[in-house]
Amino acid sequence: MASFTYTNIGIAGLSAAVPKYVYRNLTDNNNFTAEDASAIVEKTGILERRVADEATCASDLCFAASEQLLNEMNIDRTEIDALIFISQTPDFRMPATGIILQHRLNLPKSCLAFDINLGCSGFVVGLNLAYSLLQQDSVRKVLLLNGETRTKVYSFKDRQTGFLFGDAGTACLVDKNQKYGQSWFVLDSDGAKSDYISIKTGGYRYPSNPDSFIERERENGRIYSDEQGYMDGAGVFEFVITEVPRSIKRTLQFAGVEKEQVDYFVFHQANKFMNEHLNRKLKLEADKVPFSLQKFGNTSSVSVPITIVSELSEKLSGVNKVLISGFGVGLSLGTAILTIDNPWLGKISEI
Amino acid sequence: METKFLEQFTELLEMEQPVKLNDIFREYENWDSLAYLSVISFVDEEYGIVIPREEFGKMKTVKDIIDFIAANS
Repeated sequence: MASFTYTNIGIAGLSAAVPKYVYRNLTDNNNFTAEDASAIVEKTGILERRVADEATCASDLCFAASEQLLNEMNIDRTEIDALIFISQTPDFRMPATGIILQHRLNLPKSCLAFDINLGCSGFVVGLNLAYSLLQQDSVRKVLLLNGETRTKVYSFKDRQTGFLFGDAGTACLVDKNQKYGQSWFVLDSDGAKSDYISIKTGGYRYPSNPDSFIERERENGRIYSDEQGYMDGAGVFEFVITEVPRSIKRTLQFAGVEKEQVDYFVFHQANKFMNEHLNRKLKLEADKVPFSLQKFGNTSSVSVPITIVSELSEKLSGVNKVLISGFGVGLSLGTAILTIDNPWLGKISEI
Repeated sequence: METKFLEQFTELLEMEQPVKLNDIFREYENWDSLAYLSVISFVDEEYGIVIPREEFGKMKTVKDIIDFIAANS
């Protein structure tokens, strides 16, 4: 079992940046009737989301969030010994965007920088990696960046995906301190379901070709090209409602923590229908489960950290036990229980 | 269980007429992918069973769903 426990490593600060442009699902998608849009919004709970312009990449959102965090927390940049950039919408196929960000952020050359190709589970998996790097005496601070421009991935003409996704970036500073106490992670992968959420072409298995850019009508009137994201919504739903409650139970058991001892449950913001089902199935009190999807939509790996910044900034004073869970593309699933002690949380910036 | 399930199913799918055991549910006018998710979600919450997609694909009538729940409870 991929389970991990750490002592005295934790989140020192967290900041987020989103594009200025607000896309309103009820009125802005002309590919659907107002009636259709309203039925979809009622189920998904996503009223609006942020859309990056052509010139803005995930890395730009992470850059803005990082500058805010490093400046306002007054961090000595020479103490950042590793930078992890998690995204499925990087700047280039090569080099790794994280290395570009090391330079843009004026971090020292002695800083390790790399990318991780993960989606909705990415914050949990990346945080686990940041914690594991910090077990080294010589590693002082790790900057964990999650950025996505998912609106550039999915077709706005696909009723399953055309209303869900938003763009955002976060920066999370992880360091060592006696105050953090213990934390626990449980991580799973299910590659048998790798085709549930995927983009067919543009890699080396199926290179882009003139045909792959042509929009086609598929089953149930869904319209998208092979260069755009496909999602088997029903398959993902079945996976999530079966596996996420199990993952949470296993993590609580591994940590020896009772569900009632957890102050907040921060889930990947998939859609209201799925997340509310999870809440009912796990019998969670509504005020312990923050939602940000009505404002930012599903932002893939950014959704857990942006929910903390957006919804918990007023509530996270003192010491809190927070359970986080991310699940999706891969399929990949990660749950963690963290002790969060008065973190610095930035005000969400707009670029 | 049957009567209760039929009532709940009628409400879930917002049907104007009460659903019957031998109805072929995919022929309902308001059957769509969201209705499918509502049924999977409802059965999980009410009976603690997640109906696998391949099993659901084989079901034709409302009774088939009830039989599956009964066999797996």
